[in-house]
Amino acid sequence: MLLIYCPYCEEERSELEFRGAGDAHIVRPTNIADITDEEFEAFFFLRDNPKGLIFERWRHIHGCGRFFNAARDTVSDRFYKTYKAGEPKPELSAILPADSDKGASK
Amino acid sequence: MSGANRIAGAGRLTPAKTARFTFDGKSYTALQGDTVASALLANGVHLVGRSFKYHRPRGILSAGAEEPNALIDVARDSARKQPNVRATVQEVFDGAIVSSQNRWPSLAFDVNGVNNLLSPFFAAGFYYKTFMWPKNAWHKLYEPFIRRSAGLGVAPKEADPDHYSSRYAHCDVLVVGAGIAGLSAALAAAATGASVVLCDEQPEVGGALHYDSGVTIDGTPGYDWAQATAARLAAMPNVKLMTRTTAFGYYNHNFVGLAERVTDHLADPDRTQPRERLWQVRAKRVIIANGAIERHMVFANNDRPGIMLASAARTYLNHFGVAVGAKVGVFTAHDSAYEAAFDLKRAGVAIAAIVDCRDRPGEAVLAEARKLGIEVLTGHSVTNTAGKLRVSSMTVARNGSNAGRRINIDALLVSAGWTPSIHLFSQSRGKVKFDAEHQRFLPGTYAQESVSVGACNGTDALQATIDEAIAAGEDMARAAGATAGGKVTVNAQSTFEWTGGMIGAGEGAGPDTTVKAFIDFQHDVCAKDIRLAVREGMHSIEHIKRFTTNGMASDQGKLSNMHGLAIAADALGKEIPKVGLTTFRAPYTPVTFGTLINHSRGKLFDPARKTPIHPWAEAHGAEFEDVGNWKRAWFFPKAGETMHQAVDRECKTVRNVAGVFDASTLGKIEVVGPDAAEFLNLIYTNAWDSLKPGRCRYGIMLREDGFVYDDGVVGRLAEDRFHVTTTTGGAPRVLHHMEDYLQTEFPHLKVWLTSATEQWAVIAVQGPKAREIIAPLVEGIDISNEAFPHMSVAEGKICGVPTRLFRMSFTGELGFEINVPADYGQAIWEAVWARAEPMGACAYGTETMHVLRAEKGYIIVGQDTDGTVTPDDASLNWAVSKKKSDFVGIRGLKRPDLVKDGRKQLVGLVTKDPKTVLEEGAQIVADPNEPKPMTMLGHVTSSYWSENCGRSIAFALVAGGRARTGQTLYVPMPDKTIAVEVTDMVFFDKEGGRIHG
Amino acid sequence: MADTQTLVRQKTASKAEQAGLATRRAPLAGKQGGSATVILVPAEAASRISLRARAEDVGALSKGLGLALPVKPKTSATAGERTALWLGPDEWLVIDQSGADLVAVAASSGALHSATDVSHRNTAVIVSGPGAAAAINSGCPQDLALAVFPVGACSRTIFGKAEIVLWRMAEDKFRVECWRSFSEYVFGLLSEGAEDAAL
Repeated sequence: MLLIYCPYCEEERSELEFRGAGDAHIVRPTNIADITDEEFEAFFFLRDNPKGLIFERWRHIHGCGRFFNAARDTVSDRFYKTYKAGEPKPELSAILPADSDKGASK
Repeated sequence: MSGANRIAGAGRLTPAKTARFTFDGKSYTALQGDTVASALLANGVHLVGRSFKYHRPRGILSAGAEEPNALIDVARDSARKQPNVRATVQEVFDGAIVSSQNRWPSLAFDVNGVNNLLSPFFAAGFYYKTFMWPKNAWHKLYEPFIRRSAGLGVAPKEADPDHYSSRYAHCDVLVVGAGIAGLSAALAAAATGASVVLCDEQPEVGGALHYDSGVTIDGTPGYDWAQATAARLAAMPNVKLMTRTTAFGYYNHNFVGLAERVTDHLADPDRTQPRERLWQVRAKRVIIANGAIERHMVFANNDRPGIMLASAARTYLNHFGVAVGAKVGVFTAHDSAYEAAFDLKRAGVAIAAIVDCRDRPGEAVLAEARKLGIEVLTGHSVTNTAGKLRVSSMTVARNGSNAGRRINIDALLVSAGWTPSIHLFSQSRGKVKFDAEHQRFLPGTYAQESVSVGACNGTDALQATIDEAIAAGEDMARAAGATAGGKVTVNAQSTFEWTGGMIGAGEGAGPDTTVKAFIDFQHDVCAKDIRLAVREGMHSIEHIKRFTTNGMASDQGKLSNMHGLAIAADALGKEIPKVGLTTFRAPYTPVTFGTLINHSRGKLFDPARKTPIHPWAEAHGAEFEDVGNWKRAWFFPKAGETMHQAVDRECKTVRNVAGVFDASTLGKIEVVGPDAAEFLNLIYTNAWDSLKPGRCRYGIMLREDGFVYDDGVVGRLAEDRFHVTTTTGGAPRVLHHMEDYLQTEFPHLKVWLTSATEQWAVIAVQGPKAREIIAPLVEGIDISNEAFPHMSVAEGKICGVPTRLFRMSFTGELGFEINVPADYGQAIWEAVWARAEPMGACAYGTETMHVLRAEKGYIIVGQDTDGTVTPDDASLNWAVSKKKSDFVGIRGLKRPDLVKDGRKQLVGLVTKDPKTVLEEGAQIVADPNEPKPMTMLGHVTSSYWSENCGRSIAFALVAGGRARTGQTLYVPMPDKTIAVEVTDMVFFDKEGGRIHG
Repeated sequence: MADTQTLVRQKTASKAEQAGLATRRAPLAGKQGGSATVILVPAEAASRISLRARAEDVGALSKGLGLALPVKPKTSATAGERTALWLGPDEWLVIDQSGADLVAVAASSGALHSATDVSHRNTAVIVSGPGAAAAINSGCPQDLALAVFPVGACSRTIFGKAEIVLWRMAEDKFRVECWRSFSEYVFGLLSEGAEDAAL
């Protein structure tokens, strides 16, 4: 069972208090009504499912209730960083330890 | 006398403290502290089980959790009964009823022993070959045969009367294993002030000190030091010491599962005690001090009762005071087995010979053997054994020679050396490394904040183990944040330093394909099976494992993995690390379901959510149905009524008079803030700016893909406050969905969401007399049709209690929904009922609610929709705003597949025979005579008998449904084909006048 | 049977009497439990709001409520009969034992906020005694060591299969808040946890 650092509660908590919420940094287009089928497909349906580093969303649903983002290694389940929703995607060099394998994330 | 083989003065048990138990119906005397295995051996019983496949007689191989053979059934009574218990772990208690398994009619004469003769048919992979053909034979012949003959234990038929408990715990340092290494590490960690949990699977701490009589620590015998150290640790406030507690699983982020066996060893346990307790420990640091497991030797017929690991024989002697034989042979590749011979010899047991396959064993043990007058045959191997139900002789040959000498024995101690126990390390996703010099895998790269110490880390020497453990204990505690001082020193001496070890097949394991040289005892996997698997093309160890089932038994290959790997590597001509190691998975040893489930049984299996009105419904004879976790009143049968009679009556009564319905489970979300309307505009397809305070509107919510997600009535209480309702089952996910958009897509909006589902009890009063029923109870709200038309909401009082009163209807009748603070729910219900009942109104349940809404064509999201239905499919396009530039799902709705012709649309169906009620889920076709596979047009989503319509009614999702109105379609059923006509969805009061009554 | 009698009385009651009959029934009324080391008592009725506000409005709301709304995670603030528990960065559970109209009190602050009455949505169990933390840890994965979860600490969390709000009122006294329909389950699991904590 994962131990997840909630950036709002400023504490590590059991996975039991959280719910995963899919990939992070997928921005809903502000002109969503006008986008093409291809753009909608890319926005809504297509995901990478990387082996290695993934940026994903969690919600501390049974805690503070906040959505936040995490950079996690899907192989080791190691969390490199969790950060508040709305904060920019961190630079890889800033979060990855020197020894880690590069993930297939973009 | 607690067994003829008990040696006076040997062992640590107290001769006066006895316990009686039975084994296969025969009564035996044991000593308190005995395991079933030690007690049976004390009484001269070696034959304790039959193997899984060949039903070969099997004895006790080990003295610990790695035991593959001695699986027994332990019972207190018919319900308190557990199969597949390892006799080497189960402590004897007075009155224990122990039975052997996997034999019929008796252990000594087992009919299925014929499998041993038929073994050519049971070669590796026989499951995949033998039972493949003919296809029909699987169900009729093969599976029943396998199930009957291959079963291990038999599960009790009665419910488990014991209870189990659970505890979450946190600590700075968790130490797994309380042998020399674990105790030393715990001492060092505890000295820093860190919180320490130390657990060990055995009843007492000590680990290898149970048998190793040659160890002195801080001037006292090793075992005594261990007990004194445990007492010291247990007295420290920052240490929790748990024995009989197995760390069975090492999960993510230092989360370790421990199973504590609380009462299994007690003759008369206090029933308030749980039988077992699950500990879910989150440790800042973990120290793994699991030790090592001795391996057996692989040679022909190495599985006879009486053949045993050397360290096990030593445990039985030094701890339990039991001699495992009177004339004992030793076959070894490692010095440690010599010490077993020395201890037995000193205790008066004859040692036939020590057969050592090595040419050069350790000098010190050889010298000691000479001193004790024990014959040592170096460069020799045991190539075979004899003996039916117990070993009676061994055949010894010089390595490379066929000519063997037969030596009579009644026990044979074997040792191929020691396998570091890397199970937990491996479970923690650490990467192992191969130690070529010692032919073993050791912890390599750690994936978590843990460290291995002692034998499980490949550290063999005694003082080195202690030093390593003390350093790790302090380091780990410091890393976890401990700051207090306190140095620990422990000094130890042992009589001998050990060398040696081998893996793989010995001289007597044949190249020939008939020799049974067992690797995996429980699954009867022999060296030849591994070779066969390689010949048949299995090159990966994972494939070899599955093909042969090596390591897949309940002992999970603790003894067999390394041998299997070495034989496979040899057959493949590869180095061992190139062949790879199979993955170790939790649990380390079997864990009972009771422990895993712990409190979650009976009433605590799942929360049973009840409304404030539940007690009234219960008192008035309601039948309940489960809706999610809710218990909802389903219908209220009067004396002698069937369900259908009750529902028919309720349906008629609501339309003719009125009915009262508990709608409390409906999800409610309070949406508050200056941007509330704007937020709802984005979440719902409807427009909300235009809704005036005091008015309500039916809203539809989509997912981004354009499919209907939920629906409900939304009331505007004030400019900045909405009372949103959701479906009963949808409440949590709708709030989650709304929060998701609010927090991550529309965070600029000043609006907040609060679940108010349980704040309000909701009493729906529906029917022509609804107003008359509630009028005298309501204060401060004009509920006349003019002042309070359909789809109104107002705040006021009812019976002196604050209410949010809605004028709304899910029945098509004049209706009100009275929301009152939940604690008042029952009182207000009773007040309403006191008026309603004399007027002839009824209480109705969810079944009638379903029928009445269907009569009016109202859908239920999740029943009539399934996540692939658009608003247009459900004829709800009127609720989709055409003016808004954005709402969730606006783009999804325009996807080509969502606007193309021929989509399944929700329509009404009436059967040609009005008495026939369709089955929900039934498929619909246009041509009942079309050859199979027929073209399915859709399916029935809702179907009821409507007493009000005097006929059956149904909804269905039908391809191009609305255009088929008036057409006849068919519903093929197993016994008949039902003709139906497509209609619109409103079956009752098509003009809709009643709702405005 | 009490229910039948109530019924009979209501049938003959005048409107005023019916108003008087609107008795409050707490979901855990009459429950008691515990063990040698844990006492379980249903909490008295109290008024509660779920309070939501942005950081810039916390000052004004604190003034209105008469207590400093905590802004540090896992902390609470108490003034007299009133306590505010930090649940999230913009969310507090405010509990008032005197039954004050908290929605009105919050409104009097004049600050932008959302206050939703949850007095009846929630109910609570007071768990006290030397085994209190162990009883709660039968189903709650949080570390309740005093150093980690000190007196005054509070958190929304999980207890078995129910969500709770946990507040440590004293070293060996906790308030366990849950939604009313989960209270039977929560009380039941606490009872088993209390028994186990005493062993």
